[in-house]
Amino acid sequence: MSAFWADYLWPLIIIVAESLVLLVVLLIGVAYVIYADRKIWAAVQMRRGPNVVGPWGLLQSFADMLKFVFKEPTIPSGANKGIFIFAPFFATMVALAAWAVIPVADGWVISDINVGILYVLAISSLGVYGTIMGGWASNSKYPFLSALRSAAQMVSYEVSIGFVIITVLLCVGSLNLSDVVRAQSHGLASALGVPWLSFLNWYWLPLLPMMVIFFISALAETNRPPFDLAEAESELVAGFMVEYGSSLYMLFMLAEYVAIVLQCAMLSILFMGGWASPIDLPPFNWIPGVIWFVLKILFWFFMFAMVKAFVPRYRYDQLMRLGWKVFLPLSLAMVVIVAGVLQVTGWAP
Amino acid sequence: MIQAFFFYLFAAVTVASAFGVISARNPVHSVLFLILAFFNAAGLFVLMGAEFLAMLLVVVYVGAVAVLFLFVVMMLDVDFTELRSGLLEYMPIGSVIGLILLAELLMVVGGWAIEPGMIGHGATPITAATTNVAAIGAVLYTKYIFFFQVAGLVLLVAMIGAIVLTLRHKAFVKRQNIEEQVARGPATAIEIVSVESGKGL
Repeated sequence: MSAFWADYLWPLIIIVAESLVLLVVLLIGVAYVIYADRKIWAAVQMRRGPNVVGPWGLLQSFADMLKFVFKEPTIPSGANKGIFIFAPFFATMVALAAWAVIPVADGWVISDINVGILYVLAISSLGVYGTIMGGWASNSKYPFLSALRSAAQMVSYEVSIGFVIITVLLCVGSLNLSDVVRAQSHGLASALGVPWLSFLNWYWLPLLPMMVIFFISALAETNRPPFDLAEAESELVAGFMVEYGSSLYMLFMLAEYVAIVLQCAMLSILFMGGWASPIDLPPFNWIPGVIWFVLKILFWFFMFAMVKAFVPRYRYDQLMRLGWKVFLPLSLAMVVIVAGVLQVTGWAP
Repeated sequence: MIQAFFFYLFAAVTVASAFGVISARNPVHSVLFLILAFFNAAGLFVLMGAEFLAMLLVVVYVGAVAVLFLFVVMMLDVDFTELRSGLLEYMPIGSVIGLILLAELLMVVGGWAIEPGMIGHGATPITAATTNVAAIGAVLYTKYIFFFQVAGLVLLVAMIGAIVLTLRHKAFVKRQNIEEQVARGPATAIEIVSVESGKGL
């Protein structure tokens, strides 16, 4: 019995507790990320944004959540009921599941698996099913068109995201996300003899074009403006979410924002040194890694929010052209170049 | 024990969802069951320690191939009653084909003999220190590089074939030329004319 307790039950309790902590922190974080998104958007348009519920509108997201939860869910009579209800749950579950392998600080990761980066790619590629199932099960024209659009869009941009990840992996020599961060502890700054300037070690500098491609592909992958063609309100009303309301709609929104924060976390880990401090000197390296990680996520989220505020929506054929004719050849060429440089210079790990 | 539990869980769900694929009335439900089967097969790979294959199964089959399946199947306009109507008519020939296939499979598997010297050499387990990815990469790009390249070439030919079959350039369809648009400037696009008042051009 004691072996059973030590081998199975205790690790299980630990994993459940860790998951719960991550989940609670993440969901509260997402509530404020949504608030930040609306505030930034409002500031760009010289509006006030949410400012009524709580001081400076800080409780707006929670008020919205209560509103959605207490609304009556309506299910269209022509809808495929089971899939209609299942789709938002699936979308949320998939978006949250990817966080299991994200290292928020050195050793602070629920599951430190060898193929962490592939796991994130695999799980985020499942996000499209929430959209497709929701759009199809609604049994309505606009959601269906939106489902078709998002299916093509998300599959297209996954290809370039995959190639960007390959270039990073070539530099790291491991698929473990913690190893990706650790590999960025030496690089240009240590070569120049100024190891305290640790932000020069990170991959944003040598792999700058790939970071830009990853950022834009992440916008497309998460259906963010300017690539939000799956829910383009000027053409498709609200896309796959037309028939959704109350808690089911809220789950879709939650999944979308959790996926966005996940992409911000991936950008921080792959290109900006994850939990590492940008300057390896006191007082900067006294600050815990998790705080640096959150700050980097917030930086990338700010970029996401600014793009939403600035850039007009793409036309669908332009979106496809950008994915297949610009990013795919560019990222493929970079894979060849990076592999060649690493091989010739002997930097390959 | 916990491995056994998860093995039976994944295996049972795989078999059940595979049965769902062929028994579901709605083709979209069939594809969703297929995805569930893929997913549980990936779980079985993880239990065997082949986590790289598991992830590839999810990325390639679930993330890309099944999306395109779903894409096509969703657009089918199927009349379910009509689909069911020929069941009794086709039952005899279907069951005959099924029986023949089953007999053939039984004969092949029943007559299967393994060379006694080869027992235990079928698979060489990797050492605990090397990861899946490193182990596959070490043989895929050295020992099996020819097969790898040929497989890539076959896929490339198939892709070119699909593009050739579907690519049509119609003369009356306007196409956007991005390079032309970007290269356009004031020198090529506009002409500045100073017009005297009351005269026109």
